[in-house]
Amino acid sequence: MRQIRYLQAIQEALYQEMQRDPRVFILGEDIRVSMRGTTRGFVEVFGPERVLDMPISEAAFTGFATGAAMAGFRPIVEYQIPSLVYVAFDQLANQAAKMPYMLGGQVRLPITYLVMGAGAKNNAAGQHSDNPYPFLLHAGFKVVLPSTPYDMKGLLISAIRHDDPVFVLCPAALYALRGPVPEEPYTVPLGVGEVKRDGSDVTVIATGHLVQTALRVAEKLAEEGIQLLVWDPRTLLPLDREGLFRAARRTGRVVILDDSNRTCGFAAEVGALLAEECFDALRAPVQRITRPDVPVPFSPPLEQAVLPGEAQLLQAIRRVLEGKAEPSVAVS
Amino acid sequence: MGISRELALEMYRRMRLIRRFEERVVELVNDNEIPGITHEYIGQEAVAVGVCAALRPDDAITSTHRGHGHVIAKGGDIRYMMAELMGRETGYNRGRGGSMHIADVQLGVYGANGIVGAGCPMACGAAYVFRRQGDRVVVAFFGDGAINQGVVHESLNLAAILDLPVVFVCENNLYAITTPIRSVTRNELWRRAEAYGMPARLVDGMDVEAVYEATVEAVARARAGGGPSFLECRTYRYSGHYTAERNLPYVRYRTEEEIEQWRQRDPIRTWRQRVLERGWATETELDGIDGEIERALEEAVAFARQSPWPDPATALEYMYAEPMEGIPARGWR
Repeated sequence: MRQIRYLQAIQEALYQEMQRDPRVFILGEDIRVSMRGTTRGFVEVFGPERVLDMPISEAAFTGFATGAAMAGFRPIVEYQIPSLVYVAFDQLANQAAKMPYMLGGQVRLPITYLVMGAGAKNNAAGQHSDNPYPFLLHAGFKVVLPSTPYDMKGLLISAIRHDDPVFVLCPAALYALRGPVPEEPYTVPLGVGEVKRDGSDVTVIATGHLVQTALRVAEKLAEEGIQLLVWDPRTLLPLDREGLFRAARRTGRVVILDDSNRTCGFAAEVGALLAEECFDALRAPVQRITRPDVPVPFSPPLEQAVLPGEAQLLQAIRRVLEGKAEPSVAVS
Repeated sequence: MGISRELALEMYRRMRLIRRFEERVVELVNDNEIPGITHEYIGQEAVAVGVCAALRPDDAITSTHRGHGHVIAKGGDIRYMMAELMGRETGYNRGRGGSMHIADVQLGVYGANGIVGAGCPMACGAAYVFRRQGDRVVVAFFGDGAINQGVVHESLNLAAILDLPVVFVCENNLYAITTPIRSVTRNELWRRAEAYGMPARLVDGMDVEAVYEATVEAVARARAGGGPSFLECRTYRYSGHYTAERNLPYVRYRTEEEIEQWRQRDPIRTWRQRVLERGWATETELDGIDGEIERALEEAVAFARQSPWPDPATALEYMYAEPMEGIPARGWR
């Protein structure tokens, strides 16, 4: 199969869905020029009415998408950086997330929020390096975090065709990743995780770009005879609970590797679920590797110190294998 | 753009219905039959009715926390409204929303809103769809308090640059909860909209005819592709910010004289007088309309009282279009 990059998978999914359904349109900042190329050339193909450059008014264009969805269209909203969702947060958490329920089911909001540049990249510092999905999950948004070009294309198409609001986060660390992707449109269903590598010793629940980190560590440990099972939820909500529990039960030793903040973060939710549902199968305390609860610092050695990576994962794996547990944030 | 007899009587009927509906709501709140927080529209009836009289049935509105008047003016069914206020399964939102979120999307009521100004960007989004599909128009209602809300300014700008068919209707009732608008703004509210590049004007919000005529002009412009307009309707709410405020005697921010002065300009009494003067109806005919309203109101209250409470087992429904673990999916009707 042909290999393309993660960013190309995004571009292809958007393009094919715009072609498929005239109700789909895309809005955001600098969409027509498209610095990253994901919507470059779209305005020539689909016209200025379906490719809307917005003023720097994140709250307004987020609410704009809600109104357009209520009137029957299927908007795709692009945020250039993840922290922009904070600027729009009333229109997200208090409006779009609640509207279908508060209105007693009168409306469905088929909105796709595409969050570019998720996570840290090249010392972008405190306001350009977040993974804001714990806030979004708490508000009840469906959230997708694809770890490969194949998953990105299939999950993005699923999100666009889905009748609820869905956040699709695009980790900056994966932009250049290449992988096999079919040319024709296809879907990867929401709420279905995947075993990215099977193993019998330790289960690593990894999200987003950290799936690739876990796979690299698995490769190294295999040389020592330690077999990692790497499980990728792919969708954080709805969460594939059965898949998660199967992956955890297979080894009984679980490390959660997640690049969001620690307190009430995604790893905390997964850890709680495992305690509730898989306690009998656990052979060591579940380990969380997360960011600590501080902003991502600018200076390269400081940034390196707070982001979850291979070193922390190796330490946590050794701990669950020894049956000993110490709290682990990325700072060791 | 003369007003027909039929329209004149319909405007009277809707203003009177709003007034009586709200007076009944106050009683039911005091009797603990309506739970939660309600904000009455009493005094401002000419705005909602004058604006909505200029709309087609397929046009849409976004509303505010003080939204009952907008829903009635747009043609909402007071039985489903009353049931919603009482938290019943037969309510517009099946009891999931209440007063501050009441909506009838099929009727073009895209929702009251508990956050000041929050409906404005949604009005823009709906207007974008309408413009692409035909010539429908959206009215965004908001109050004077919203004029200092960032998202309102963002929406004014967005509507202007995209030539959206939106009529922004600012109901300036002079107080943002208890704060006088003159203490939090330096200029005329409508002048701010002008600065975004759209026609804007001040309208007497106590005169339904003036509101109607101003809206007809703005709607015609929007329908013809001429983009958004802004109307500042100067009006007044007779009672407190919310119903239970009357139980807080220490909350004082307006004089009795001021309230009385505005009551002298009551929009319903004024319009009734004009209808009589112009020979559109007799006292007897108008009294007949009043009687019909009383009957409809009692029917609505009875409907709500007889309606079942929502089943607690359904508390998680309607959140999603597709079921999730533990959260079933249910659609509308």
